[in-house]
Formats: sequence, structure tokens, C-alpha cells
Amino acid sequence: MTIAEKNPQNCLSDWNGIMERDIQQEGEAQKVNVCDPPSESNPPAETLVTTFCLLGNHMFADTVEQKEARGTAVKKGGEENVDQSHCAANEQILDVEPHCNQAKKLETENSEDQNNASTNPADSECEDAAMDNDQSDSGEFVVTMLAKAKLEEQGIGLKGRSSPLLEAGTQESHGFMSHRDEDVMADSWRQHRKHVFVLSEAGKPIYSRYGSEEALSSTMGVMMALVSFVQSGDNIIRSVYSEEHIVVFLQKGPLVLVCVSSSRQSEEQLRAELLYVYYQIISMLTQASISRIFEHKKNYDLRRLLAGSEKILDGLLNLVDSDPSFLLAAVHCLPLASSLRESLSQTLQKAITPNLVFSILIAKNQLLTIVQEKTVIEDTRLEPADVHLLLNLIGASSAFQAGEIWTPICLPLFNPDCYFYAYISYLDPPECTVCLLLLSTDKEAFYAVADCKRKIEEAMVAQNSLSLIAKAQSYSVSQVGVSDLRHFMYKPFDVPDNYRQLTQFTSPEMEAPYSSEDEKMRLLDLYRFMHSRIHSTSRPLKLIYHVAERETLLAWVTSKFELYTCFSPLVTKACAITAITKLLRWIKKEEDRLFIRYPPKYSTTPNPSKSSRGSKSDQQDTTDNGFLSLL
Amino acid sequence: MGETLQTSPGGAQRHGVTFNRPVRTLRVKMVLLGSSGVGKSSLALRFSKDEFRTVSPTVGCAYLTRVVHLSDVTLRFEIWDTAGQEKYHSVTPLYYRGAHTALLIYDISKKETFIRAQMWLKELEKQYIPGSTVIWLVGNKGDLTQDRQVSVQEGQALASDRGLSFTETSALSGDQVSELLLAIAHRVYECVGAQQGGLSEWQETPHMDLHHRDAFNPFGSCCKVGP
Repeated sequence: MTIAEKNPQNCLSDWNGIMERDIQQEGEAQKVNVCDPPSESNPPAETLVTTFCLLGNHMFADTVEQKEARGTAVKKGGEENVDQSHCAANEQILDVEPHCNQAKKLETENSEDQNNASTNPADSECEDAAMDNDQSDSGEFVVTMLAKAKLEEQGIGLKGRSSPLLEAGTQESHGFMSHRDEDVMADSWRQHRKHVFVLSEAGKPIYSRYGSEEALSSTMGVMMALVSFVQSGDNIIRSVYSEEHIVVFLQKGPLVLVCVSSSRQSEEQLRAELLYVYYQIISMLTQASISRIFEHKKNYDLRRLLAGSEKILDGLLNLVDSDPSFLLAAVHCLPLASSLRESLSQTLQKAITPNLVFSILIAKNQLLTIVQEKTVIEDTRLEPADVHLLLNLIGASSAFQAGEIWTPICLPLFNPDCYFYAYISYLDPPECTVCLLLLSTDKEAFYAVADCKRKIEEAMVAQNSLSLIAKAQSYSVSQVGVSDLRHFMYKPFDVPDNYRQLTQFTSPEMEAPYSSEDEKMRLLDLYRFMHSRIHSTSRPLKLIYHVAERETLLAWVTSKFELYTCFSPLVTKACAITAITKLLRWIKKEEDRLFIRYPPKYSTTPNPSKSSRGSKSDQQDTTDNGFLSLL
Repeated sequence: MGETLQTSPGGAQRHGVTFNRPVRTLRVKMVLLGSSGVGKSSLALRFSKDEFRTVSPTVGCAYLTRVVHLSDVTLRFEIWDTAGQEKYHSVTPLYYRGAHTALLIYDISKKETFIRAQMWLKELEKQYIPGSTVIWLVGNKGDLTQDRQVSVQEGQALASDRGLSFTETSALSGDQVSELLLAIAHRVYECVGAQQGGLSEWQETPHMDLHHRDAFNPFGSCCKVGP
């Protein structure tokens, strides 16, 4: 924040430098993707192409007829890459080019030595040896793969028809199908911007964002075939690039998550989104349970357990697309006079019961305040992702409006293996905008926790808090008083260490010209682009000045904050810098209102050793949760 | 009989009944069980607010209240509307333990929900002491007669076979819902209320789980299902 205030001129020259470097690196980066010409042609390569084309059946409309394609070359690069400095030794680029224009690139990364192979000569030797091995055995390797893939397909075909478990799962979930009835062969289905699939290691469909999982079982089978094909070479498949789409894979325990996107987001961003999907599943079932289930029965149909939760996953994916909180991995709180926020926190602080660990107040789907148990706050802090999952859960389920809810829920980043018990209730029926969320580690505590809610309710009535909260709203960018500034997102890092505060960000309402859904999405896409440049793994940038078609954007990351700004297209670089200086001053002045500054704590746990994280007692909870079937 | 059904959301609004008045208020724990999508939440909403709206699948368990006035007693129903989804089955015993009345709900237009209701019954029978819990079989979605897969006779037969009461309702139209609640109220008061310590008196601050208040008991007492 201070850098800009002191010396905007320096910043400008920095920019030029960075931008130049940027351009240079762009050139280099393109080299990275250049592969060796095909050094040998592998006859069994058709198999691989066929595999791709099977996927293409659903994903890439044009490739269907490529099934018959012969004489296609499979290129394996990697060992003699031109630009070794950028391409780590452990990265192979496997290029598959069918006859059509859609070049697909399969990037794989060695599973054993993911990051530091290049620094360890012994490792890279091993790597080379392994790769040679791969090459000489490639015929055999691909044949094995073919057999595997076939097996997989047959397996799926059979299971799809005969498994009683699968049928049970289907019946369970019937009532809640929305766009699950979509025809997966239709063009409209293919044209969705972002598909997300979740499958088990046995290739069983678990979730699809669009279309029914059964109809997609063969597509998912092919995805799994791709995953296991690469796995059999001791590698992990990470992504497949085509002209229009990028396919990103994420393997987490027994689950495989796949994203097929035409959104032009970076691979890293898409993978982060898949991770949110995984965490949302964990929040409902816990990691320990999922592992145990699949250890016990490899081809278990997890949809049985997720039945009724599709809406929560759908809601999450919609939020991920429309809410920058997920991109920034930070929480957006509702701007509120600090005195009011403090009095609300005090109210929460007073209404406590043993084993209560978090008290969270939410209004209009944004955080008002959060109070934590003392021992918990010393131990750790609540991660933004966990808060996002909680907010999504509340947003996606209208059931909460009917009464008080008591439900087991896991906060995957806090502890992926144990459950909290969440008490959720709205404080302002029938409007239902102010929501109280109390998390306890004791599943028996419902009445005690519900009693806390009544205390909080009484206190809030006494202080007339609800009507004050109702008046609170997000702010307009015009309040900053900078004429060319249209929108911004500011995420500070400068939180005092001792508070271990929740990562937050602030952002004004999206106003004209970003009032329509399409325009909002376009701005978010621009931010996503800037974000991907700032956080690029190969060459991260600190500062980007980007002149887009209809606006000018500036992104800047320092050790103290991360800032994304959007200006009118006519702004000059000098104006933008002045504007940012002003903006940073304004934020500094308003920060007590914009952020939760000093998260209060309370002490409820009589015995500190019983705090939730990692305690034996809570591990017990998951063993309790045997998911015994009543079928 | 002169009793009335007044809507009174017990949680939010303090009811004027105190224990020095001649009419006592007794707490009745009611649990709704059944497959996903049979209309448990809709029925619960009818019970507590006499409303109908399309609801999402319940997360965990929803807690609602409803006060029913009988001629000589007031019953405060604490309704535990459980989630039908299988992932919550491991925690469901938490909700039905100690219930005075359990409603086994199925969807008359879906045969498999009727079969599942019988599974739930078996599960319940492991837990309850005969006479202490009133179990009621409820065929919901009575408005879907054109899609009926479970006949009235089948429901009736199962109920009389296992000694349950039986009603068909429609949460959508509200048909038979208040009649059902009233019938349950009478039955619970007759069967359970008559027993010594069957129903506890309701006070401003519920003193349930006193034994859990001071001691942290992570192992729960009886929250394991089946083997």
C-alpha cells in the first residue's frame, strides 16, 4: 500500500520493465510447447487416438469421424526438449495430432518426483532411464492399455445395467433432477462453457454438472481409461488441450475429477475449482469415510450417498463461476460500521455453551462476523474455502428456512476426517436474510446450542440489530471518488500475525456497464485472465497493465496486498497510477468498515485437549459413521 | 371435543402457558422418517405452519415446533424432520432416540418408498420399547392417485400386521394433515402421557440433556446403527 503512495513514478518504470520481460517470456514460453518431430511411429498409436475420439464423441463434435483415422503419429517429446530451463526434466509432453485441426496435447507429470527432479541429478537419471524404458516398451505398454480400456468399458457397460446398487441410487435421486435430463448427445450439451465430472477410480459416474450420470457412463469410462493409461506409465495425467477446450484432471484419493472448459481459464484455476468440488463432497461425507468405503468396495456407487446433494454441487459450480471469492480464495464480508460489527460479535461471544467452536453471522450471503473458540484460534484459523463451502450449503438449501437445522458437516481444510455439528437458523423469518451458524463438536448439543440462538435473538432484538443489519449493503465504486475507476477487488495480506485472521477481500457492487449477467461474466473473465498471469506457475508477474477492448485493467500484487482494478478504456497509465494511489488511501481509511478487523474469541471448551482438530474423540465420529445401508 | 389447532411457532414466540395454570404443557418428541423425496419436510411444514412450498432436500435434520391444545392438556410437538438421504442415516438414530412418536412416511406413487418404510420400521423396532412410542404409517402424496403404486389396502394391511396406525395424507393439498396431527396428539397423550414420566413438562428453558452439559461425551451413548 505504501509503495504506491511514496513513489508512483518508480512503479511506472517497473511496469515497463515487467511488461517488456513479459513479452520476451511469451516468446520463450511458446518454445516450451514445441515438440520434437515424430522420431518413431508407433503402430499401436491408433489405440490412443481411438481413446481420444471416444472422448470426442461427447466432448468434441468434430472428432467423431476421426475414429477411423490411421497413420496418426503419437509424438513423445520431453527427453530432448529445446528449452530445458523452462520445461522441468520430469515433464513429458505427449503430443497427439489427429488429422483434424484439433491438436491435443497431453501433459503428464511424473508422480514420484513432482517438483524437484531437476535439482536432483540422480533422480533425473532415473527419470531418463524410466522414460527410455517407456519408449522401448511402448508397444507393449499401449497394448496393455488397450486391454485395460476395453475391460473398463465392458465393466461399465455391465454395471450400468445390472448393478442393483446403481439402481437404488438412481431411484433415490429421482425427485431432484433438474437439468440432469439434458440430452448428452445434443449440441446444446456440448456447448456448455464448463463441464464438471466426478467419477470413482473404478470409472463409476458420481456427478456430472449437466446431463445424467448414467447417460455419461461411457464418456466417464473413457476419462478413467485416460487416467489409468497414464497411471500405468507411473505418471499422472494433468490436462489435455484442444483448440476449443481444455480438459483438466484432478485425482484425490479414490475420486477423479474432470473439468472440460471452453472458458479460457488457466489450468491452475480450473484445478482449483475442481478442488472446491472435491472439498464440498468431503464436507458432506468426510475424507475418511470415502476412503473407507472404496477400500471396502472398489466399485461402490457413491451417488447413493450424494443423492439429494446434487443441488449443493450445482450451486457451488454456479458460485465458482459468478463469485470472485473463489478465485481470490478470500471471504467477502458485508461492509458494516465497526461499532455495530463489534456489538454483534459481543452478542455472539456471550451466547456460548461447552464445545461450541465457531459462531458465524451471515447476512445476504455475506459474512457479518465470526467468533471462534480460543483454543481453536490458537491451533489454527478458519480457511476461506471452508467458509465458502458453508455459505454455499446455506445458499443452496431452502430447507433452512423452514426451521432450525442440526446437521453433521465437515470442514475439509480444518480437518477432512471429522464432523462438526452445525446449527443453522434464520433470525429474521420470513425474509430469511440474516442467518446464524453455530458449530459444535458435540452431536448431542442441539438443545444447548439452540438455547444460544435464543439468547442471541433476544440480544439482537434488544439492540435493534436486525433493522441495522437490513440497512447494511455493499458500496458503490463512486464512493471512492475516482472518475475513471469502474470496479476493483482488493485483498490485503497485511493482517497482524497474532490474529491469524481470515483472508478477506473487498469489492464494490458491479455497476453499469457491468450490470447485465453477460457483462458481469465478461469482467470476471478479464479478472480471471489477469489473475492467471499474476499467478502463472512458470512466470508470475507482479504488475500488469492490460488494455482490453472495452476497458483497461491493472493488476498489482505486493507483499501486502493483491489488487485488481478496472478502468474506463480511455484512462492513461499515469491516471491509473494516481487512481490507484487514491483508491489505496480510501481503502485504508475505510478498512474498519470493509473488513472484520479483530476477530473476537471465547472460551467454551472445559478441557482444551478436547479441541476438535485431530483429537481422538472426533476420530471416533467417523468410525461411527459406518454408512450402513438400510436397503 | 373442543380442542383447537392453533399455529404457534414455539421457538420464536413465547407461549403464554406456564406451569401454575391448570392446563399443563407437555413436550412430545416427534420424528419423521422415510425415503428421500416422500414429503417429510412438506408434511413438517404443514404441521408447523400449515404452508406448502417446494423444498430442497433436507440437510441433516430440521427442527420445528407446533403446539396442539387438547381439552385437558397442551402438547408441544418438537418435530424432527430427518433427511431421507442415505448419507445421513448414520446420524438419524440421534434424532429418533427418545421419540414419543415416529411417523413412517412413504410416497403412494413410489412402491420402493413403501418398502423402505418397512426397513425403517425394523430399524425403529430395534430401539423402541413397545408402548412408549406411537408409530404411525403415513402414505403421503395422496393427491397423486393417478400414479398410485401402493394401494390403501396394502398400507392398511402392513399397519394392522405390525400394530401401527395408518393414514393417507397430502401435504400438497393439506388433506388429512391436521386430522393426523390431532389423532397423533390423542394417541400420544393416551399411551405415553399416561405412563409415569412418559412426557416431560415444557418450561421456558428446556433442560434436556442435563447429564451432557458438564461432561464432554464424545462417544455418544447409542448412536451406532446396526452391527
